[in-house]
Amino acid sequence: MRTTRRTRGRVAVPALLAMSLLAACGSGGDGGSAGSTDAAGGEEASCTNTITKTDAQQVTVWAWYPAFADVVDLFNETHDDVQVCWTNAGQGNDEYTKFSTAIEAGSGAPDVIMLESEVISSFAIRDALVDLSQYGADEVEDDYTAGAWKDVSSGDAVYGIPVDGGPMGMLYRQDIFDQYGVAVPTTWDEFATAAQALKDAGFEGYITDFPTNGRAFNQALFAQAGSAPWTYDNAEPTEVGITANDEGAKKVLEYWDGLIEDGVVGTEDAFTTDYNTHLVDGTYATYLAAAWGPGYLSGLADADSDAVWRAAPLPQWDASSPVQVNWGGSTFAVTSQSEIPEAAATVAKEIFGTEEAWKIGIEKGALFPLWKPILESDYFRDLEYPFFGGQQINKDVFLDAAAGYEGFTFSPFQNYAYDQQTTVLFDMVENGTSAGDALDTLQETLVTYGKEQGFTVSE
Amino acid sequence: MTTTTAAPVRPAPVRATRRRRTEIDSRRQRWGWLFVGPFAIVFATFLIAPLGYAFWMSLRLKTLATGERFVGLENYVKAFSDEIFLRGLLRVAGFAAVMVPVQILVALVAALVLDTLTTRLSKFSRLMIFVPYAVPAVIGALMWGFLYSPRFGPAADLFGLVGLDAPNFLAPGTVFGSLVNIVTWQWAGYYMIVIYAALRSVDPSIYEAARIDGATGRQIALRIKVPMISSSMVMVVVFSLIGTLQFFTEPQVLRSIAQGAIPVDYTPNMYAYSLAFSYSQFNYASTIAFALGVVVFIGSYLFLYLTRKQSGLK
Repeated sequence: MRTTRRTRGRVAVPALLAMSLLAACGSGGDGGSAGSTDAAGGEEASCTNTITKTDAQQVTVWAWYPAFADVVDLFNETHDDVQVCWTNAGQGNDEYTKFSTAIEAGSGAPDVIMLESEVISSFAIRDALVDLSQYGADEVEDDYTAGAWKDVSSGDAVYGIPVDGGPMGMLYRQDIFDQYGVAVPTTWDEFATAAQALKDAGFEGYITDFPTNGRAFNQALFAQAGSAPWTYDNAEPTEVGITANDEGAKKVLEYWDGLIEDGVVGTEDAFTTDYNTHLVDGTYATYLAAAWGPGYLSGLADADSDAVWRAAPLPQWDASSPVQVNWGGSTFAVTSQSEIPEAAATVAKEIFGTEEAWKIGIEKGALFPLWKPILESDYFRDLEYPFFGGQQINKDVFLDAAAGYEGFTFSPFQNYAYDQQTTVLFDMVENGTSAGDALDTLQETLVTYGKEQGFTVSE
Repeated sequence: MTTTTAAPVRPAPVRATRRRRTEIDSRRQRWGWLFVGPFAIVFATFLIAPLGYAFWMSLRLKTLATGERFVGLENYVKAFSDEIFLRGLLRVAGFAAVMVPVQILVALVAALVLDTLTTRLSKFSRLMIFVPYAVPAVIGALMWGFLYSPRFGPAADLFGLVGLDAPNFLAPGTVFGSLVNIVTWQWAGYYMIVIYAALRSVDPSIYEAARIDGATGRQIALRIKVPMISSSMVMVVVFSLIGTLQFFTEPQVLRSIAQGAIPVDYTPNMYAYSLAFSYSQFNYASTIAFALGVVVFIGSYLFLYLTRKQSGLK
């Protein structure tokens, strides 16, 4: 008797569980049924785009490019053996958080993922990315500039295919400079003079903003004066060199600290609603920007209707030997969770590997291409931007900046480094810590952290 | 879980009765299991299992440059000597010291006032005070972010009326108060409803008796009403205490507009979150989360122990 009752009890419980699971499927499972009938793809995936060639192999892609839907459709139309199933899993850190969780969980990552070049080492060290050199990445190496290729590779390994870049320039308000009779600066000395001159002439805003949470932006400014805080090679993944307080960084930070103390630059946080409005409402006379900046600016609300925007090269420390730097830009990497790395590598290499795709990316997404055939085309060089009154900003500014960029080595714990950088910069602005001390603190924190994480740290 | 269904078996003089009893008992047991089942499954799958897994993770260590290994309680030793974690704990303790009394006081006063009023206005006020709780926490924090914004917020205009400059609500010195304000706005209404419900269940004839004895309105409120609902008050304080120690949503949302004033490790929960999802230290993040759990447990246990008289637990 006893056993029978027990058994019945046990049966009842799984039955209930099954029922509730069925209920859950019924409510949420409708979305995925459209594209999941194929046998080739194997797993169920819900794509943002509609896949018509259901027999082909499906490669899942996470990306947040603007106007990417058109690029995906173009790829799928022109390929019969492989189809892209695209999802926007969030922008920047939002996507990285999901990816990071998927790595830890051991499943859930897509085949191909959009990553900014600065986080590649952070994911490579967790064995989350496939070395693409075994899937023919070398064949496309010549399609990219040396600087762009250095950002995605480490030693012989290649962890991503470059897509768009962020060579830096200075976007400025011609009308403001004209109104107060100040010349547009070309060097940092002139920039400081202009900042003061604007203020003296009665300009109520600032020449620009130096955000303490600028992260990659601050680091790019440091790099322009020769700061190279990281030495790292994925071939020796447990060794890292840290010099966050090198001469270049100190020189640049002291410069900005001076401008802040003189009250001629703003210090508000970047990427907030207030900041976005200030960028376009005449609070700032210049916007030190990457090549994707114009697209960002033209999408902002509350802009001055009579603003006259122009682009100029980033001010230089030494006008006779200009140094070009990069801020942002992204790549396509193949994840090690992918069961079809070869097809995934094909997608990574080819999705932004045509002129048609790039015309969508440039005209609808305001991206700056790293793919040479379009980068070096007359079309791109001569492109006129209505936002800049028809100025050919690529020819005038960004092509030179991209060509001169020599690459940068990022940290295997870049996110931590950025957060700490924000902390020390805020301390400098808010509590008056000197620039040198702020960077020394940063260095100390990073070295401690590196050792804690088991790295052999050299300073 | 099953204690409620298991009736104590009393010794019966006759054998037959006992057998019938046990049969009824086990039939009840079976139904009991069936009723408890759905909850038990969900409870085990979504709470017990993840907790167990997190605890197991917290006993291991994996850093970026080394493999995963078992370290026992080493992580906990590190956590309780980790300056960042301790600073976070101190900060939420500060929040608890300010935020809990403020919330409870606002809620109590509102409930007492509403309890004495019987006009239509009181029903309306009750609803309005409760409304902020119906706003999702993230939305509420985002909204306050806009209100605090120097450009979009009303502060500049309001202070401008009297010829003053508006303070920056998101500076390191003021962000504490700004956060207290958001949480109080959000939760005071909820606590008010709990307290109000408790007040409604008090027999009104007691008030009448007090009034005949010459008690004033204030005396009735403080000497009769508050003591009579003390068990509800204790519960509300425990809710608020636990919520404050686990402070996360509001600072995390406000951080997007004040990254300098609210660092990633502002509260222990934020620290655990960034360790896990920004710095991929899942093991140490589990340790921090568990260590915080221990502190919350001790804190609320201590509070319940100290108030055992008021709450009726004794």
